[in-house]
Amino acid sequence: MARETIANAVLAVALLATPLIAHALGEVYYVNLASRIAIVALAAAGLNLALGMGGLVSFGHAAFFGIGGYVAGIAAFHAVDGSLFAGLLPGSDRMLVIWPLAMLIAGLVALLVGWISLRTEGVYFIMITLAFAQMIFYFGISLPTYGGEDGLSIYRRNRLPGVDTGDPLNFFTITFVVLMIALFLTHRMMEAKFGAALTMARLNRTRLATAGVEPRPILLTAFVLSAMITGLAGALAADLNGFVSPAMLSWHESGEIMVIVILGGVGRLFGPLAGAILYVLLQTVIGGYTENWQFFLGLILLGVVLFANGGLLGLIAGRARHD
Amino acid sequence: MSSLLIELTLNGLQLGVMLLLMAAGLTLIFGVMGFINLAHGSLYMSGAFVTAYLSRTTGSFWLGLLAGVAAAAAIGAVVELLVVRRLYARDHLDQVLATFALILIFSNAARWIFGAAPLWLDVPPLLAGAVRLPGGGGYPVYRLVIIALGIAAAAGLYLLIARTRLGMRIRAGESDREMIAALGVDIAALYTMVFALGAALAGLAGAVIGALESVEVGMGEPVLILAFVVIVIGGIGSFKGALVGALLVGTVDTFGRIFLPAFFGLFLDPSAATSVGAALASMLIYLLMAVVLAVRPKGLFPAHG
Amino acid sequence: MTEAALSIRHLAKSFGALKATDDVSLDLMPGELHVVIGPNGAGKSTLINQIAGGLEPDAGRILIDGSDVDGLSMAARVRAGLGRTFQVSSLAMPLSARRNVMLAVQGGSGSSFGFWHPVRRDAGLVAAALAALREVGLVGREDLPVAELSHGERRLVELACALALRPKLLLLDEPMAGLGREGTQRLIGDLAALKRTLPILLVEHDMDAVFTLADRITVLVYGRVVAQGSASEIRSSVAVQEAYLGDRDDA
Repeated sequence: MARETIANAVLAVALLATPLIAHALGEVYYVNLASRIAIVALAAAGLNLALGMGGLVSFGHAAFFGIGGYVAGIAAFHAVDGSLFAGLLPGSDRMLVIWPLAMLIAGLVALLVGWISLRTEGVYFIMITLAFAQMIFYFGISLPTYGGEDGLSIYRRNRLPGVDTGDPLNFFTITFVVLMIALFLTHRMMEAKFGAALTMARLNRTRLATAGVEPRPILLTAFVLSAMITGLAGALAADLNGFVSPAMLSWHESGEIMVIVILGGVGRLFGPLAGAILYVLLQTVIGGYTENWQFFLGLILLGVVLFANGGLLGLIAGRARHD
Repeated sequence: MSSLLIELTLNGLQLGVMLLLMAAGLTLIFGVMGFINLAHGSLYMSGAFVTAYLSRTTGSFWLGLLAGVAAAAAIGAVVELLVVRRLYARDHLDQVLATFALILIFSNAARWIFGAAPLWLDVPPLLAGAVRLPGGGGYPVYRLVIIALGIAAAAGLYLLIARTRLGMRIRAGESDREMIAALGVDIAALYTMVFALGAALAGLAGAVIGALESVEVGMGEPVLILAFVVIVIGGIGSFKGALVGALLVGTVDTFGRIFLPAFFGLFLDPSAATSVGAALASMLIYLLMAVVLAVRPKGLFPAHG
Repeated sequence: MTEAALSIRHLAKSFGALKATDDVSLDLMPGELHVVIGPNGAGKSTLINQIAGGLEPDAGRILIDGSDVDGLSMAARVRAGLGRTFQVSSLAMPLSARRNVMLAVQGGSGSSFGFWHPVRRDAGLVAAALAALREVGLVGREDLPVAELSHGERRLVELACALALRPKLLLLDEPMAGLGREGTQRLIGDLAALKRTLPILLVEHDMDAVFTLADRITVLVYGRVVAQGSASEIRSSVAVQEAYLGDRDDA
């Protein structure tokens, strides 16, 4: 079995085992920490599809993360007091309603943003995705009904039929299953015709066109799908924290999601999970000593970019295999 | 009303001129070295911090200002030597990530050294007064000085690029990197100088603005993003583009923040008008950029067509 | 009257004051191998680029199989039947030759929006790709990353990609460039066999190859057609010799 597959399995097992053990020991904190890792990994997995597999340097993915969060938050807000959103839609506290809704809205926004942004290339693309994210950020903090700059609290955990979602281990299981399904579907996608076209779009757009495939629809689809995955992560994050913070929409958040993708290994299927584990570990361990822990994150990131470009999975599993 | 208009125009000019200092450095660095420098905001912040700290300890604003600009240039040179020069051959993603890493490093280092509370930098007493505007109302002398300083710096930069040997090498480097190496120009030194120059401009902007707004960690990033919007609108790599873009963004942003809430106040209730107006005002610059890019995907005056 | 596979009418393209393409017209007929020759800077690559859809002409028409392709993107022209290779091989280097060709098969045969079935288990796709590779004589090395293949082999992979699309015509930009003696001979043989079923428009510098293969030749100098006719006509034209062939010695 290839080294990468073994590494992937180890990561998945580690993520699954840790909260199970913690639960048995009564350490709720670590169960919630594992949920956080899974959600962060999901957000990064979304970006990985656009960035790692599609070669699209989107510096505004936090916008989709925040959109997912705000969908969950606004839905909860209206569910609590029975009011209607924009006078039309009722709220909801059901996961099976909120998840598709978060993905849909994030996807629609990404369709618009992507359609305009993909008319540009290179550094212009990076800047325009950042600009759109900033627009959405300022829009988000301008809604006083939904918390403005202070953010929005969610008082009840969203419901899933047959499951006590308030229980930390149950919630972790939900996030873990969602993450694994997302990674599995991404894997299938990348092995299929779409993935072949997307890989070529990243490696050599001219070659893709010369092969008779229009690059832009492929890239736009990847962008939209990636936004939907990150949006779903945002909804889950809001649920975990019971709070939607405008910081979820900030460019700094975009940068962090990107850092996680890179730390784990850009373009690798389980890179986001490796990166998320690394990131949360650093935050928990070093962050415990100093609030300036991101100083060290910066150093590590710099080191990875300069010397270990393949990230953690690159170091463990060697060069990516292509056939 | 005309006093308000003059005041707004001056404010827009001031913002524009400060953005120009940032944008000129960014566009120079991208034009000559092909390098995206997200850490430019950190250089802006460094200038502000050093100026604030030294002004307080020596009691002299001017000494602090000098030190701030010099420190920013020095930090820029060191960053170029240690980090940036390894990334010229890399793709944009690596440059974005590495400079984002620098942002994290600088921001957290500043917080470690100076603490989380903002530093106060006072306007020097010499410049603390106000000038009477035609139509009544006073306008701070300091802001006028900033405008003058910014124009002087921009003019100085333009002359440097257009009239000096160094400027000639810079312009040559922008058009053909391999050629100037073949001509015997020390590329490495040139690049360090260009980077330090850009850093100095950023440090100057930060130091000077520091007296108007507070000097704190994270002050550089909003300006950085605006500066990027400026060079994208103007056309990356073009000084003329940076100039036009900076003035455009400075004016649109300043006027938008006053007039949009007022506009919405015409048919919405005051609190709704303020929030919608303020939100739209913040988004306005990005909308402007998106519109420009939709029509001209490489900005208004792309340097390389 | 048989219709031309490719028809170019009064094509023009200027870059500022430079007329890269100046009132160029030519026809590529079925069963024919038509070569465009000319000194450096004659605008040959610009011409190819406009035909392929990478550059928009200022004036003139381009018709593939009788249909005007104006406004069609590069990919759309490929699907309309245009197979193309590049002067500098443009392949995905980290991927194998097989993968590169499989993508061409995929592109030529319907939608790329398949999200579930693994491409490597698509027997039809794999078979078509291997067949194209066999057709150009590249067997046994198709699973190596293209980066590890020789220059000549990469040329063949590009040709296989073009053939895998089942094109109606081929557009080849200096396919002999960089090939050794053997590679050139090999490719000449392949093209000679291909032209019977597939009209080919070729840009080339290698005069031996040109006169071995060409049915008709267009001579381009400074963007203009200075001569156009059968290979023997061009060979014996004094004007052409002066304008072009004579200068070749200082190249």
